[in-house]
Amino acid sequence: MAALLEVANLGAFYGATQALHGLNFALDQGGITTLLGANGAGKTTTLRAISGLVKTIGEVRFEGARIDGRKTEDIARCGIAHVPDGRGTFAEFTVEENLRLGAHARHDHAHVGRDFDVVYSYFPRLKERRRQQAGTLSGGEQQMLAISRGLMMRPKLFLLDEPSFGLAPLVVQEIFAIMRAINREQKVSMLLVEQNANLALDLADHAYLLETGRVVLSGSADDIKQNTAVRRSYLGY
Amino acid sequence: MEALLHQIISGLATGGIYASIALALVMVYQATHLVNFAQGEMAMFSTYGAWTLIRAGIPYWEAFVIVVVASFVIGVLLERFVVRPVAARSVLSVVVIFIGLLVIFNSVAGWIWTYSVQTFPSPFLDNVFPGNKYITSHEFGSLIVMLIELAVLFVFFRFTSLGLAMRAAAYNPISSRLVGVRVDLMLALGWGIAAALGAVAGMMVAPIVYLDPNMMSGILLYGFAGALLGGIDSPVGAVAGGLLLGVVENLAGAYVVGTDLKLTLALVIIVGVLTVRPSGLFGKTVVSRV
Amino acid sequence: MLSDVGGADRTASRSFERMRRAIAIAVLLLVAVALPFLVSNYRTFQLTLMIAYAIALLGLNILTGYNGQISLGHGAFFALGSYVAAIMMDRWDLPYWSTLPAAGLTCFVAGFLFGLPALRLEGLYLALATFALAVATPQILKYKGIEEWTGGVQGINILKPQAPWHLPLSPDQWLYFFALAVAVVMFIVGSRLVRGRVGRALIAIRDNPTAAATMGVNTALYKTLTFGVSALFTGVGGALSAIAVQFVAPDSFGFLLSISFLVGIVIGGFASISGAIYGAFFIEFIPNIADSISKSAPWAVYGAFLVASVYFMPNGIAGVVRVAGNRIFRVRSSSNIASKESN
Repeated sequence: MAALLEVANLGAFYGATQALHGLNFALDQGGITTLLGANGAGKTTTLRAISGLVKTIGEVRFEGARIDGRKTEDIARCGIAHVPDGRGTFAEFTVEENLRLGAHARHDHAHVGRDFDVVYSYFPRLKERRRQQAGTLSGGEQQMLAISRGLMMRPKLFLLDEPSFGLAPLVVQEIFAIMRAINREQKVSMLLVEQNANLALDLADHAYLLETGRVVLSGSADDIKQNTAVRRSYLGY
Repeated sequence: MEALLHQIISGLATGGIYASIALALVMVYQATHLVNFAQGEMAMFSTYGAWTLIRAGIPYWEAFVIVVVASFVIGVLLERFVVRPVAARSVLSVVVIFIGLLVIFNSVAGWIWTYSVQTFPSPFLDNVFPGNKYITSHEFGSLIVMLIELAVLFVFFRFTSLGLAMRAAAYNPISSRLVGVRVDLMLALGWGIAAALGAVAGMMVAPIVYLDPNMMSGILLYGFAGALLGGIDSPVGAVAGGLLLGVVENLAGAYVVGTDLKLTLALVIIVGVLTVRPSGLFGKTVVSRV
Repeated sequence: MLSDVGGADRTASRSFERMRRAIAIAVLLLVAVALPFLVSNYRTFQLTLMIAYAIALLGLNILTGYNGQISLGHGAFFALGSYVAAIMMDRWDLPYWSTLPAAGLTCFVAGFLFGLPALRLEGLYLALATFALAVATPQILKYKGIEEWTGGVQGINILKPQAPWHLPLSPDQWLYFFALAVAVVMFIVGSRLVRGRVGRALIAIRDNPTAAATMGVNTALYKTLTFGVSALFTGVGGALSAIAVQFVAPDSFGFLLSISFLVGIVIGGFASISGAIYGAFFIEFIPNIADSISKSAPWAVYGAFLVASVYFMPNGIAGVVRVAGNRIFRVRSSSNIASKESN
């Protein structure tokens, strides 16, 4: 089966500084893969590189076709929903408007209404607050909104950047459970960047470990979780 | 009492003029978060285009449509090739470009059509309200046109997917791209629509103030004042602000200051609104520091 | 592109640059002093105006170039300075040289007062507010309520001063030297201001106001004072120009004057002392040349230059000169951030 996402020799630059060096990894359809690593290892940069938000060299292939070098909005329209760090919600717009924006690029208008229902069924709190300004939502609710907006895109792949950031543990558990449900039920693959390795390894099927812009380790999430040596030296627990 | 009513209605008529250019300014602001200093001169230039077509024998409404479409195209081209390449640079660069455009449009118009004052026809039949001394049929017709534009814009921004995308693109370009909004296209469209709105404003204004290359500079200022007063991020606000400004100005002129200081009033309003309440009377978002 | 210049090298290249600069200034002054004797009285008059503009542009550049506060309305301060000079000379019979400090002081106060609400405006909005000021200025000057002072639409006529102590100079020549002396003083003052601690504070405020504030710079005070100082310079320029032209009237001070000033600093170069001189030359002499083509040509040229300079010459003529000078003399610039400060 051809990989959904393939990254080959990917390098990324912030101005003159190179943040990723010859990154290689692949993602199969259907699963959840996580990118782990310390602060500054290049995890967020990798997501940004896939979305075309930073200057890159090397290849990124999505469903077999190259997407590196293309405009961000075109990459998004290929079926990649990137939920950035900081959520990226439109604070001045209502919850509903945020969701409508997610569906903005879609042509199958008939199904959009049904997708609202799907989203609200995963996140009933959003339905309660649908006419509220997004900026007035709590952190957890904004994360839910960001994920929902991505869902409204009917993506094939979710890129999630530190969804647990700044959220209380209970809220994180709730959101991660819903993410697993979305993955299974909506058949949306996920690439998850997380600092909280424990949490990520519980959710994911597969993991890559990044260090200073390079992949240093890869394996199934279970294997890595059980490998105490790896956990201690790379993941700190 | 009748005199007061007269002043108010007359003020609404002039306010309608300010409101129509304010709509173009709001359009550019909503699409790009920029304030286009050259909007007035672009509108004037379009109006001259219409004048040329009409003088060549083309019927009014056909000329109107041609000019509106042509202005749209010019607006799109300007954004794409003149403004966009420097929009990411400093604010100063952007301001310089806008002023440059202002000066170019003004001088080229003067060069092509000279500085003699011309008349411009009104499409509205005389004496819609016969015997009425409050408002001419042209002023009334212009108000109606402006209100129609307002209704269309309001629906566009509030209820259509494209309008939402356009607002989003100006507000947060990166997040917009991540959901597939073609941000660059939104900016260009915004400029195109603004240019078209400006052309309409110019053609409504010209019969009243007569056509010459400098006809829009004062009106542009009033348009800014009105838009800021009502809220530059909101079409309804801008129109309300423009109408309000027209009325206030008329009343102040008749009862307080005399008509000599109208521009000064605009200046005071602009500075006042920007320092005291940047979002205007009806605006929602606080105008962000550019 | 950052060159690896060591400490000793840097001192050497700096003093070399200083010497270069001193030579350039000396040559410039020599030429300036000789000119009135080599050209007609009319040309001398034009050069006097150019000097007045140079002082005005220096003022605008201090505010917009060094401090980052965009003003599209400096024509208003120029007008204020001009009118102060005219009123003092015509209504109160005061000597011409006394009008300069008065104009400067009045404009300083006016600028400072405008700078107060300006604190709350950034970028485009300050540009908009000053744009409004420029558009409104002629109407304010025509206002009947102050007609007694301003002469209304007709304006005020004044007499050109004669050369003192029976010097063998025509009034035009004398005025030229007077303006030149004033310019030298103002440029020295301006130069000291922007090169020292004050200048660095201004630039810091322009580039990163939050950081500047955390380093203890009182940004509000600096910004309002800068507005005042900037207006002061421009007002002095205005006074000089009024004396040279012998006439002030509202329509000379319209919005297009403020645009000319903008053109001046864009062409001359932001954050540059010498830029004021290049810019002044441009706005004094180009319109005369372009005028012969058509009435609207000067403005089309201005507009084209404004747009073109953003693309091709963001540091103005001063930037081009500096780069050329560096190439010719093979001095590696110690920083590649050339746009921040020059000369």
